Amino acid sequence: MSALVALPIVLPLVAAAASILVGRSRAAQRTIGLVTLAVVAGVAVALLLCVDADGPVVVEAGGWPAPLGIALVADRLAAIMLCVSSVVLLAVLAFAVGEADAERTHVGFHPAYLVLSAGVAMAFTTGDLFNLFVAFEVTLMASYVLLTLGGRPRQVRAGMTYVVVSLMASTLFLMTLAFVYEATGTVNMADLHGRIAELPGGVQNAMALLLVVVFGTKAAVVPLYFWLPDSYPTAPAAVTAVLAGLLTKVGVYALIRSQTLLVPEAARPGTLLLWVAGATMLVGVLGAIAQADLRRALSFQVVSQIGYMVLGLGLFTVAGLAGAVYYVVQTIVVKAALFLTAGLVEHTTGTGRLARLGGLAHRAPAVAGLFLVTALSLAGIPPLSGFVAKVGLLQPAADAEEWGILAIALVASLLTLYSIARIWTNAFWGAPVDPVGRAAGGAAALERPSRTGVMVGATAALAVLSLALAAGAGPVFDLGTRAAEDVLAPERYVAAVLGR
Amino acid sequence: MSVLLAGVAATLFGVGTYLVLQRQLSRIVIGVGLMGHGANVLFVIAAGARGRPAFTGRGGGPTTDPLPQAMALTGIVITFAVTAFLLALAYRSWMVTHDDEVEDAIEDRLVGRQPHQETGGPLSDMDPDGGGLADPDVMTEARTRAPAEPHASVGGTEAAGTAGAPGATGAESSG
Repeated sequence: MSALVALPIVLPLVAAAASILVGRSRAAQRTIGLVTLAVVAGVAVALLLCVDADGPVVVEAGGWPAPLGIALVADRLAAIMLCVSSVVLLAVLAFAVGEADAERTHVGFHPAYLVLSAGVAMAFTTGDLFNLFVAFEVTLMASYVLLTLGGRPRQVRAGMTYVVVSLMASTLFLMTLAFVYEATGTVNMADLHGRIAELPGGVQNAMALLLVVVFGTKAAVVPLYFWLPDSYPTAPAAVTAVLAGLLTKVGVYALIRSQTLLVPEAARPGTLLLWVAGATMLVGVLGAIAQADLRRALSFQVVSQIGYMVLGLGLFTVAGLAGAVYYVVQTIVVKAALFLTAGLVEHTTGTGRLARLGGLAHRAPAVAGLFLVTALSLAGIPPLSGFVAKVGLLQPAADAEEWGILAIALVASLLTLYSIARIWTNAFWGAPVDPVGRAAGGAAALERPSRTGVMVGATAALAVLSLALAAGAGPVFDLGTRAAEDVLAPERYVAAVLGR
Repeated sequence: MSVLLAGVAATLFGVGTYLVLQRQLSRIVIGVGLMGHGANVLFVIAAGARGRPAFTGRGGGPTTDPLPQAMALTGIVITFAVTAFLLALAYRSWMVTHDDEVEDAIEDRLVGRQPHQETGGPLSDMDPDGGGLADPDVMTEARTRAPAEPHASVGGTEAAGTAGAPGATGAESSG
């Protein structure tokens, strides 16, 4: 059973190597990628059931005992994240197979994608702070490759920003690790839980803030978000979907994990996180309203969504964290589906400029339907999953009497609806526009015929999953609450890792 | 000893930060490398007091803590790999723009000019699917961004001289 924890990391890495070996055959690469990710998704579901029933599962890598060796730990939160991420990774890969872009033209796509999957799994399950750094680097390295795979001027420029900003955050993370080790003599997260609590208050605060800055940059909270809307939209649609849908949430996960497990209660920067959350929600959504490009608008909305999750964390209550967990789950699914829909729009029309889109509701009703379901869910219209998620977050905020942040969240929600209505009226209603770029786009499509059916199917699967999250909100929310209880009272986690 | 090392780390971070804030990619790469070294020096400090090397079994006295050294090694390897990737990217950037400068974000400029462009026209140079290597509009747009500094590359100034206003070129291409 404990091998289940290691499989989501080991399998994709082995598959990535195999994928390079069979690089000549795209069909073999596809088979390897899809089968591996399907198996990983199955493993993740089994792991979640296991962990939910019997408590955290721990594997000591190489057989070294916990404080010295690297422990892989799956508790409820990690298992939930692993589950959602593997399902989304699988759906997006299916979309990429249908899309006539990077996947078709590059040997490197499948190996990089599998390495990304391994890195994400490692970030979720690692119980060692230094190993978390390694996991981030593995993930980022793969994402650098995916982002710049075409080598177009726009991609190179965007990739530059992305790599430099990520590298700065990584250097800061290394610095933090050196501080943590200097002060405590360990980097095992369960061990750190006790050791940091023994330090003077000022040192605790400094560490908490350093971790907020490091993971805040990865998660793209205001004021550390500038890299995101510039870099993500330049990649192929499938890559953007997985980067924007998933990678920022790995940052949010690390933020939740570090602030609850490592930082003692007295040193938790709750008020700061609430302010950051408010600023992130507002700035993100205002940015989204100003954009003239579909995918850039969606990227700014990603920033705005991050604010809601940070809000749940900033409250530091079980209900708040449960809301944040549900929000992370639903937003990963919804956001990935939205970006895939944007990819479908570009595939249909050859452009993502809002000014040159129009009448898509007539031209591509299926795409319009998918956009409507996912976008309204994002805005939080009942009875869709976004509504449940927002209620789950705003209720605890009201209970904690944080009226200011509650008001900001409601305003940001309204503005999200406005930004979506703006996209809808521009792109889907009105007279069909035949864009100037259509000829060029059409020619490219003829050269590399894509399977629209596969693309629509993969997107629809994610949209259906988001509906299922709304329908099954009760059980999912209960699971999120149990995960939040574990996270806020980490004694069980610590005991499982250190064997005490 | 520790004060000296802390001073070294601080200097490395200071110089690195200054270089990262420059516009030339080559300087940014060097700056990032220096900051990585700064972090590694911090690990040396974290290893604590001086002692004999671990695992050799020779000499008496206390051993130094080998764990921070292992971490620093991992950090060095990772920074090395990413720096290599960054250099490859910088080379690619030089190949397509013949310029070492980090360009302004075109999208941000376009959003800034939006009131004049709601109807579409010049936006066509940003067509996501139109961007091949040889996409002339994007490159022209990028080159005209080259700031009029004395050391701006020849290619940049030439393009700025011949291409005229970026809006005009965009309008031509969209017919």
